[in-house]
Amino acid sequence: MKVVLIKYNAGNTQSVKFALNRIGIEPLLTDSIEEIQSADKVILPGVGEASSAMVYLKEKGLDVVIKNLKQPILGICLGMQLMCKYSEEGKTDCLGIFNSTVKRFSSPFEGGRRSRGDVGDVPYAKVPQIGWNNIYNLKGYLFKNISDKEFQYFVHGYYVESGENTIATTNYLTEYSSALQKDNFYGVQFHPEKSAKAGEQLLKNFVGL
Amino acid sequence: MLTKRIIPCLDIKDGRTVKGVNFENIRDAGDPVELAIRYCDEGADELVFLDISATNEKRKTLSELVTKIASSINIPFTVGGGINSIEDVSVLLNSGADKISINTSAFKDPQLIKELSSRFGSQCIVLAIDTKFENGNWYVYLNGGKVKTEKKAFVWAKEGVELGAGEILLTSMNNDGTKNGFANDIIKLISESVNVPVIASGGAGTMKHFTEAFETGKADAALAASVFHFNEINIKTLKQELRNNNIRVRL
Repeated sequence: MKVVLIKYNAGNTQSVKFALNRIGIEPLLTDSIEEIQSADKVILPGVGEASSAMVYLKEKGLDVVIKNLKQPILGICLGMQLMCKYSEEGKTDCLGIFNSTVKRFSSPFEGGRRSRGDVGDVPYAKVPQIGWNNIYNLKGYLFKNISDKEFQYFVHGYYVESGENTIATTNYLTEYSSALQKDNFYGVQFHPEKSAKAGEQLLKNFVGL
Repeated sequence: MLTKRIIPCLDIKDGRTVKGVNFENIRDAGDPVELAIRYCDEGADELVFLDISATNEKRKTLSELVTKIASSINIPFTVGGGINSIEDVSVLLNSGADKISINTSAFKDPQLIKELSSRFGSQCIVLAIDTKFENGNWYVYLNGGKVKTEKKAFVWAKEGVELGAGEILLTSMNNDGTKNGFANDIIKLISESVNVPVIASGGAGTMKHFTEAFETGKADAALAASVFHFNEINIKTLKQELRNNNIRVRL
């Protein structure tokens, strides 16, 4: 099994590599187009900023390569957001695989002291969201052996609304897409590589696709 | 729903976990990797490692330890202690740390927060603030609590967040080591004034103290060391107790 982690300017590849190691996979970290195209599974990790990540992917010609992959590819966090149509972060066009826009959480906090306390069920909602939250409405093989309401670890200030490609939802200020899928393209907003056993199960499921 | 986080903190010296009382009589508390794995199994939400012996020659030992930790645990962790440059941060993140915490170096050169957050992202920059209540005010202290400044903790927290800090780790020196509870007044003041999570630290002695830090202190996360190291409080039992008190936790 050849698993490729795409190397680009949005980091966190080490954590994903270690998580794959724990399930018995030694991934190849590379930006080589041939290596990516010949992989069985591809992962686009990501912690960083959308517009600069897009500039980098385009410079390397990786935008076109990713869009045309036929094998399963998993975008994590920013990696998922880059697979969408457009991101408000840096106002950039993205890969356009998922027909969704990436929006910034609108915080009741903006502009200093909070004007109101709890927002719906969300206590003291701050932006970015940092911590463990539930995933609901799980669809498909990616969530095999993962139960509804399971916890995953999130760190993000931008989100994707629920839509036609949504395969999991999460609530924070609004109900949004915590996972997306279209054909062989998968994306998760949370960090399975940091989400204890439930995250490990998701990575196993992806590798087993 | 987003949950409140329980964060065990491990002080590291020469590659071992240590615990002292008020920075004195430091005693060995075991192998940090083994302890980290135990905390993961008990349901810790994140871990913090503070290298209290941090010097340049020790840096390599620390990055090797970070790699060992990163390959052994599957939850996020922060590394701090003596970090004062982009290079330091780069090495630790590349070794597998998820976040780094900065304290004295950030106070002496606030632009460091800006440089680090724009280079690595705010989400991995934790601003640690040690504070002490004196003459009616909470002041910032540096160098592990040895050096007093005239800056108020509330002001520094707000400035730090504006510069790009992604979280605040607030330790009350008055409470630290007392096991009499967290400093909920200053925690609440800061937590309600900044738009990033605040981690309460210093003073945990009982499970009730954690409930108070979340309910009264409005903390987003609570950190403790000795009550976990020496098994005075079991993390799983603590989280069950928090849930019984209607505080959202991951169980």
